[in-house]
Amino acid sequence: MRFERSHTRKAVALAVAGSLALLASACGGDDGSKSDTGGAAAGALEGRGPITFATGKDTSGNLGAQVAAWNSQHPDQKVTVSELPESADAQRSQMIQNAQAKSDTFTVLNLDVVWTAEFAANRWITQLPEDKFPDLGKLLPSTVDTAKYRDKLYAVPVTSDGGLLYYRKDLLDKAGVKPPTTWAEMKAACDKVKALPEGKTISCYAGQFEKYEGLTVNFSEAVNGAGGVVVGDDGKPNVDTPEALAGLQFLVDGFKSGEIPKAAITYQEEPGRRAFQEGNLVFHRNWPYMYALANKTDGSSKVAGKFAVAPLPGKDGAGVSTLGGHNYGINEFAKNKATAVDFINFMASEERQRANIEKTSQAPTWASLYDDAALNKQFPYLAPLKASIGSAKSRPKVVKYGDVTTAIQEAAYGALTGTTPPKDALAGLQTKLSSLITP
Amino acid sequence: MSASAAPVKAGPGKQTTKADRVTSFNEGTGRLAATLLSPTLIVLVLVVVYPIIAALRESLYTSGDRVDADGFIVQGSQFVGLDNFTAIFSGEVGDRFWNAFYNTTFFTVTCVVLETILGMAMAMVMHKAFKGRSVVRAAILVPWAIPTVVSALLWKWIFQADGAANALLGQQILWSTEGWQSVLSVIIADTWKTAPFIGLLVLAGLQTIPDEVYEAAKVDGASPFNTFIRITLPLVKPALLVAVLFRILDTLRIFDLPFVLVGANKSSVETLSILAYLESNQNRYGPAAAYATLLFIYVAVTAFVFVKLLGADVLGDAVQKKKGKKNGKSKNKLDAPPGVGPAAAAGGGGGF
Repeated sequence: MRFERSHTRKAVALAVAGSLALLASACGGDDGSKSDTGGAAAGALEGRGPITFATGKDTSGNLGAQVAAWNSQHPDQKVTVSELPESADAQRSQMIQNAQAKSDTFTVLNLDVVWTAEFAANRWITQLPEDKFPDLGKLLPSTVDTAKYRDKLYAVPVTSDGGLLYYRKDLLDKAGVKPPTTWAEMKAACDKVKALPEGKTISCYAGQFEKYEGLTVNFSEAVNGAGGVVVGDDGKPNVDTPEALAGLQFLVDGFKSGEIPKAAITYQEEPGRRAFQEGNLVFHRNWPYMYALANKTDGSSKVAGKFAVAPLPGKDGAGVSTLGGHNYGINEFAKNKATAVDFINFMASEERQRANIEKTSQAPTWASLYDDAALNKQFPYLAPLKASIGSAKSRPKVVKYGDVTTAIQEAAYGALTGTTPPKDALAGLQTKLSSLITP
Repeated sequence: MSASAAPVKAGPGKQTTKADRVTSFNEGTGRLAATLLSPTLIVLVLVVVYPIIAALRESLYTSGDRVDADGFIVQGSQFVGLDNFTAIFSGEVGDRFWNAFYNTTFFTVTCVVLETILGMAMAMVMHKAFKGRSVVRAAILVPWAIPTVVSALLWKWIFQADGAANALLGQQILWSTEGWQSVLSVIIADTWKTAPFIGLLVLAGLQTIPDEVYEAAKVDGASPFNTFIRITLPLVKPALLVAVLFRILDTLRIFDLPFVLVGANKSSVETLSILAYLESNQNRYGPAAAYATLLFIYVAVTAFVFVKLLGADVLGDAVQKKKGKKNGKSKNKLDAPPGVGPAAAAGGGGGF
């Protein structure tokens, strides 16, 4: 009986030990990959055949048509679309997981502009030779800049995005003022509108001030618009400056005086859009996507036909927008990279970008499309958008972008809610960024 | 017999020891038992033991922290011992950790107390016989049926600046900003969602109480309050404790509700799970695993203390233990009839 018992135990122990050994070897495999520095195949953009295009959920509804156009021309190099979740965070983590597993599942990656540095520094995307992308010179230079890390090209910008100042044309006309180009003019215009009988309950200005990526965008725009920088061209943070303080002060004062409504501290894109559509704002900073929605005549917008757009104002002149948009990069571990290069060139071509903006109103990266008469008729905001994107700045190009944007949000939110004096917030941010950014 | 009636202390992974207690097995049966059980064991090891060990191991490493001269991340992970753990308790990171620890504990205590009271009340209402009872039951259970993220979005919509909550209150409270209001919004949403869960389990407990007990109380002239305190509460205690324990464990790892309702990086509602998630989202898997491990220990200790102090019957094994013990000493309690316990336990053991 003793024997039997120990025997049973032994069998169980064996089973457990066996599976543990299996797991241990799995761990070992994981460890083994550490010594691999990766990038052995960098630069070798070879191989043709079917590829996969990993992108966030296609909310535009036009991606299928774009890819079908490629597939009909290249039946032997078919592109399969792999739709990732709609949330940017989820897309990023799926792409990172694939890269860390050195998977070749995805070939071409649709990357948010702020991910470029992180993906490049980790060698998750292939460095691209500029001569293989003949159209690069015809794209808006600021968009191409977002695709570079340490002056080397890692992706190709296919869509862009810039901030616009939406304003109530009807009210400004009535008050007899022109769209503002500086913050002071904006304030003056606002005061005049508020003197009108229709302007009694209206607030002056809003942007995206909730503690999320939108706050980083709005804070950067305020700082850049006052002549400051968050991270300088030398890659070092330089945010504890009088210019940056003037920018932040503009927002802080706005909240204090009530020109920016109190509720704006909770605004992401959509609540802000609703406030403007309800007629509660004279000026609102938002992306171009809002134009079509605010102009809907189905009753959802009270300001349809009553507003127009202008480039963002700045402290002493034209403002500086923060760049949005998406770049296409190639997975370092993918096969058929030659096909991937062709596909990226195809999607970035003027013809495809024109087809895309016609259907989806996504901002293109081709400079010439912004001057196209037919498109300008369809999208009256193209001229101000070109100005916005043309002078726009990228957000800090840093490997630890997630930490950097969190630090920026923390500092800006503290200042806007009045818990930290703006000067202290910037000094603290400078210290924090210095520890996060390795030059 | 003595072997089979002995307290079964086994957790889910130790069930095979039951085989040891049975003396009449021959070698073939033992081997068969081991063979039949091994797939279960392997699955358990794969889905329970491995992740825990992997997380523990991961928490001792760090990677992707440095950039070389060309701007590339230095590949490979380094063994750093307990550095990830010690780093958590120092400086700015430490403040953040203790804040998250406090929030997690505060949410757990507040939410579970509120949910228990409300859930109890719901159960009493659902237990009463009245017209349309099924409709009320269904209505009470709807919040529990809604996925947490969906209910978080729902409440986010209610609590936004121009939302229903502010319209009702006639004020402009900015619920999602830092401060007491965001904490309150999370507590409201969590209670709304999970009080029905406690209600459901307590209802199941209530339905096992025989009517005779209440009739006897009535005959003795007990007030409704006394009846509740002396009869309902003690008899429903086992079910209630399980429900409360589940809620405690659930709330200790609360993540989606504050994350979606109020947002990431809001220190008023940041919990340990959120901290772990945010760390892993920055590819710092070592520190993230350290946070997760600390949370795991916290949850385990809480569960252990709770079970020890209150004797919650979680896995069913306590039933056997208690019934064996109580047989002698607790005749005055209105528990299950004595005699059933040991027999059932023996039957359960021998039937293997």
